[in-house]
Amino acid sequence: MGTGQGPVAAQGAVLALDRIIKTFPGVTALDQVQLELHAGEVTSLIGENGAGKSTVVKILTGIYQPDGGQILLDGEPVSFPTAQAASGAGVTAIHQETVLFEELTVAENIFIGHAPRTRFGLIDTAQMRRRAGEILASIGAEIDPGVKLKDLGIASRHLVAIGRALSVEARVVIMDEPTAALSQKEIEELYELVETLKAQGKAILFISHKFDEIFRISDRYTVFRDGQFVGAGKIADVSEGDLVKMMVGRAVDQIFPKRAAQVGDEVLKVVGYSHPTEFEDINFTLRRGEILGFYGLVGAGRSEFMQSLIGITRPSKGAVKLEDHVKVIRSPAEAIEAGIVYVPEDRGKQGAILDLPIFQNVTLPSLRETSHRGFLRLAEEFALTRQYTERLDLRAASLDTTVGSLSGGNQQKVVIAKWLATRPKVIILDEPTKGIDIGSKAAVHEFMSELAAEGLSVIMVSSEIPEILGMSDRVIVMREGRIAAELEGDALTPETLVRHAAGIGVKGEAA
Amino acid sequence: MSFVKSREAILLAAIVLLLGLIATRFPAFITPHNLASVYSDTTPLMILALGQMVVILTRCIDLSVAANLALTGMVCAMINVAAPDLPVGLTILIALTMGAALGAINGLLVWKLAIPPIVVTLGTMTIFRGVIFLLSDGQWINAHEMSATFTGFPRQVVLGVTVMGWIGLAVALLMALLMARTALGRSFFAVGGNPHAAVYTGLNVGRAQFLAFVISGALAGLAGYLWIARYAVAYVDIAGGFELEVVAACVIGGISIAGGVGSVLGTVLGAMFLGIVKNALPVVDISPFWQLAISGAAILIAVTFNARSGRSKGRVILKSAEHAQ
Repeated sequence: MGTGQGPVAAQGAVLALDRIIKTFPGVTALDQVQLELHAGEVTSLIGENGAGKSTVVKILTGIYQPDGGQILLDGEPVSFPTAQAASGAGVTAIHQETVLFEELTVAENIFIGHAPRTRFGLIDTAQMRRRAGEILASIGAEIDPGVKLKDLGIASRHLVAIGRALSVEARVVIMDEPTAALSQKEIEELYELVETLKAQGKAILFISHKFDEIFRISDRYTVFRDGQFVGAGKIADVSEGDLVKMMVGRAVDQIFPKRAAQVGDEVLKVVGYSHPTEFEDINFTLRRGEILGFYGLVGAGRSEFMQSLIGITRPSKGAVKLEDHVKVIRSPAEAIEAGIVYVPEDRGKQGAILDLPIFQNVTLPSLRETSHRGFLRLAEEFALTRQYTERLDLRAASLDTTVGSLSGGNQQKVVIAKWLATRPKVIILDEPTKGIDIGSKAAVHEFMSELAAEGLSVIMVSSEIPEILGMSDRVIVMREGRIAAELEGDALTPETLVRHAAGIGVKGEAA
Repeated sequence: MSFVKSREAILLAAIVLLLGLIATRFPAFITPHNLASVYSDTTPLMILALGQMVVILTRCIDLSVAANLALTGMVCAMINVAAPDLPVGLTILIALTMGAALGAINGLLVWKLAIPPIVVTLGTMTIFRGVIFLLSDGQWINAHEMSATFTGFPRQVVLGVTVMGWIGLAVALLMALLMARTALGRSFFAVGGNPHAAVYTGLNVGRAQFLAFVISGALAGLAGYLWIARYAVAYVDIAGGFELEVVAACVIGGISIAGGVGSVLGTVLGAMFLGIVKNALPVVDISPFWQLAISGAAILIAVTFNARSGRSKGRVILKSAEHAQ
């Protein structure tokens, strides 16, 4: 397979990363990665969710500091201790969501933080407007620098964001999923802009999940997988199939102890679930003892759909049948009552209540069961908590310890215990192992397997291909709010997952 | 967490130290009789602070408590003038109900219209004061207009402590029971500790906040009767600015303004600390100006302390999750 040539020494590269390491507690986000950006060329950084792309952007823009390796600017080692240092060196980023200020003018938005000054130290409004006008003209945007941002449409705002990125003397422009929120026409305009920037000799780092874009505008590619450099080269030398293979690589070499499950009767049936903006026409069934994987890119609408299923948001249409009874779920309380529970992705924000002790977190949705005549029985609360935390092998000094003092893996166990204690029929796990260490990961997988074997139906939303492949009986792939494919058996391969998720279309055989 | 290292224990130690310091200048201050009277005097503050505690736990604030107290107290006094023979029990029931109703107004505005609590209660605070003026025409209701049972009840002494003091104790015990042993009490902590997680757990955040305001209002109403009867006078500006002292008692008592953290015992101790400072300074011949300064300093120390103890906890939930993608 086309593992490209290894990193050529930073010869000719404007900006290069050399063996960069970045670790977070329990996880190595980047493991000695290489990246080179050349003047007048677009380099696409390609990789699955979790490959380390965003971490690279944060290191290049001075938000994160690498734990090892070097950043080379024109071949000289540099460091970007702050975001200002990075932009001072000419590295600028157009983010997925650039923060702009509604009540300020276009010129003020472009120059916020580094406005030209008069000799009295006051902001030189006239010069700022003139320069903003020049910058906007250079990218072909016909926007009056004097209007307030709130009076502009989405596309124009995007151009303002780009203008802001270019208002510093930029040599390196990072575009992180720049087309995610744009219409086809706007995307075309963005491509033209990229050509303009290339012609001006800027080195561009382009991050996208869309293969058609990658092939349309990039000159070079670099592929990361699980925080490691996989390959790099000229885009002309590779095919889509090569890139997909590099992205997923040895995807299934981790151990996922999914047991052969006794899949039983249909438990949940979702028909025509739709939402005005987030997802449309979701249909599927879920059987007893089954683990149903939901795969897709970030933003495919998986979590939004799950939140709608448990009553956090309302669907515009659609119906839910649970064990052959039509259920209307208008709130999470009704979902819990019906037996559908959701373990959210962001445990810090949506899962655990950090200031409360373990037992109070676990029993929170089950307080009716542990009370008598309106009063809580602590002994029963502890008993219920112990029952589930022991099953999950939760290690804590005492069940009275606050959850905030536990490790990420143990917090996850508390959240799962909380939901199991409600004795659900369907449990939805959203990215169940994101950000937890390998040991806890294996325990969570083992446990999911056990639950399915006991007859619980599991929906697992995951962006990790090995996890999806290893754990799921069946996989639904979502793309842009719709079900793109339902895969099982032999059709379930890393390539098919990626192709359906990215919308490449499963044409021919990728050899 | 063991009691010795807890916030409450440190506050208790501070109170003992404070009493010790006062005793060196004025030994009579720490006689049981005097302490009982200081406690009685502090009861309204304690009752209000217990209501405020619930509100702050749910990430709200109730600035209308003192105005609620004054309005409910005025209404109680007017009812007493109109019907002097009404049993005190019934007066208390009216006070609780009316206070709860006023609290419910705050709660509904916060819940249903999602107006920030500080704005809502700033508004109702002013409105309540205005209503007192309209009702009373700006006139005072004085001791001689009130019936003897009405004014005498809170001041009766049972087992060395006034009835008002016993009522305060009963409120504290009931609140402790509510907070520790009911699903509602637990939901206040959950909703304030992490509103997002509370929603996912099936709790209704707005409803919990509404109920917190109702409790705060009911206790303010109760304190309204006790205050008017104790001081045997009702007028527009009664307990003016007292809401800040109430919030101060909560903060000193370790209730986190960020919500979700606090205890009944802490709140009681916070109120007692302020009560002692207030009662002791005049007798040891320190100007009332210092009382404000000392209260203010106590608040800053308490907040600094709370912030520091919060930080030392292992609060790095999933920093690593940031690395994802």
